[in-house]
Amino acid sequence: MELLLSSAIGMLTAAGVYLILRRRSFAVVLGMTMLSYAINLFLFSTGRLVVNAPPVLREGAAAYTDPLPQALVLTAIVISFGMTAVVAMMALGAFIEGGDDRVDMPAADRLPGGSRSAKRISGDGDA
Amino acid sequence: MSHLIIAPVVLPAVIGPLIILWMRHDLLLQRVFSTAATAALAGVALYLNLLAAGGEVQVYRLGNWAAPFGIVLMLDRLAALLLLLTALLALAVQLYAIGSGWDRKGRHFHALWQFQLMGICGAFLTGDAFNLFVFFEILLIASYGLMIHGGGEMRLRAGVQYIAYNLAGSTLFLAALGVLYAVTGTLNMADMAQRVAQMPAEDTALLRAGAVLLMLVFAIKAALVPLHFWLPSTYANAPGPVAALFAIMTKVGVYGIIRFFTLVFPQDAVTQSVVADLLLPAALFTLAIGQAGILGTRHLGRLAAFAAIGSVGTLMIAVAQFTPQGTSAAVYYLVHSTLAAGALFLIMDMIGARRGDLWLRSDRAMPDHGLIAALYFVAAIAIVGMPPFSGFIGKLLVMQASGTAPAMVWIWATILITSLVAIYAMSRAGSIVLWKGAALGPASTPAPPAAGGPKLEPDEPIQDLGDAPANWLAVASVMLLLSGIVALTAWAGPAMRLAEATAAQLHDPAAYVAAVLDGQEGTK
Repeated sequence: MELLLSSAIGMLTAAGVYLILRRRSFAVVLGMTMLSYAINLFLFSTGRLVVNAPPVLREGAAAYTDPLPQALVLTAIVISFGMTAVVAMMALGAFIEGGDDRVDMPAADRLPGGSRSAKRISGDGDA
Repeated sequence: MSHLIIAPVVLPAVIGPLIILWMRHDLLLQRVFSTAATAALAGVALYLNLLAAGGEVQVYRLGNWAAPFGIVLMLDRLAALLLLLTALLALAVQLYAIGSGWDRKGRHFHALWQFQLMGICGAFLTGDAFNLFVFFEILLIASYGLMIHGGGEMRLRAGVQYIAYNLAGSTLFLAALGVLYAVTGTLNMADMAQRVAQMPAEDTALLRAGAVLLMLVFAIKAALVPLHFWLPSTYANAPGPVAALFAIMTKVGVYGIIRFFTLVFPQDAVTQSVVADLLLPAALFTLAIGQAGILGTRHLGRLAAFAAIGSVGTLMIAVAQFTPQGTSAAVYYLVHSTLAAGALFLIMDMIGARRGDLWLRSDRAMPDHGLIAALYFVAAIAIVGMPPFSGFIGKLLVMQASGTAPAMVWIWATILITSLVAIYAMSRAGSIVLWKGAALGPASTPAPPAAGGPKLEPDEPIQDLGDAPANWLAVASVMLLLSGIVALTAWAGPAMRLAEATAAQLHDPAAYVAAVLDGQEGTK
């Protein structure tokens, strides 16, 4: 159980970190989603893993699981869901305005009269 | 217990939706209500300062739940001072946005402004670590909207980067909170401080990892090198008034570091010196790279952004001392650098409005150069830390506070050498833009607005002077910010005593903990 959960968190984090380092905004948005899944699972596990126990402390209950991380995860899910929607909309806006979905800034951001086009670096075959 | 402690959160939270729902089509009404709300916020913040001046930490228990089960809002000297600073900066910058016409270049400017203030005020007030995360997200999501206000390709591209960076930072924040909760079993900051202090030293490996994670999160917000990469493009591409308000956002990260590492992880306890050992070199590099960036950049917006990074570096040098003297220097410099950076961003925006672009080149005529040059001169002197303004006093205090530190030679050398670099860079930029621009004569005055009213191209990177409805208001608001710097210089003595009292309160975490946890039977 512990091994399963921790390896799932680790793999999701690794996939998320790999994806947010890509140059295309679609991959970055996916990577953000992966990372937030990983963090949600991680938060869930901070109250220790207990199977088949209610999330409340009652008289006569032999075991219970910590309810607070579950509340935190709910908040975190809502926030990360909203943020993912915002970043998806923003990436779409940048794609429509700029014509490509690269996340790095074109040369026109640094130099007067710099290039705004997508082909900033020659031999750029990032997919 | 005064209910006004929660007013800085509730007031913008009520006005913001009201502006969206009730007056979305009436810009005049939006301006009146939004400005009135910000002015009222300043009034409340002033009252809260008087309340906090007694030296007692005020606790506001939401829903009257007992801590550590309910969320508490805490009002101490630092929180009250930062609330006042936020409100005054926001008021001046908002007047600038109205006067220059930035607020009508896109929709919902004033609503987003209020949500932004709600997030910032909440982050300063809250005494609960997870609640701090929630307020961070509120201020971030409002800042995403404000940052791309007006639209345009470059601004949207920079916006995507800004969001991606901060989303990664938010996941890191959650990870840090998860680790701290797993170790201490609480999220209330005062309760956490108590449990951390009681923890046996051999069980603190995970706790130290959580503390460093938390420091990284705040370092992202404060734009400490090497986590500063989001800042230059974001601030340079954001509308001028928005960048000026963002001057307080980096200070939210600094506030987080000061709060957590004086209250929960005091340096002599669990974390030993691991945080200070990381922070000090980061601060020195931040200062060096910020000031070198001023010299290296060819864009005036980026110039102001790098100046903001450099001032955060100076600030963090003082914070990283973790002594009462260092903290009081940090508090003084924090107020100064927020006002100076805000004014500098507005002046850059005024230059852009008059010459038509923000590139550092000498072939553009500069209308109104006398007035702008005077304002730029004051702001530049303040931000590089030359006498006679408060930047000089602030830097002197930082150097004094680090005079006995082991790394004193490095700190003093970095501060002095980078100050020279910044003086050179700022005077070069000023002479290229204002002096050589003036020599070109008053050519190319801005075109008068077309017959159908102002042209208001929404995705222009700058705001044309011809679109400004009340240019005098824009100039007056910059003067308001600069007069804040002058006041901070003229009354440096009282300001410093206030900073010292603030630092003394911060370095006495026992009083803070006692205010939250003790004597709350039948809480009221």
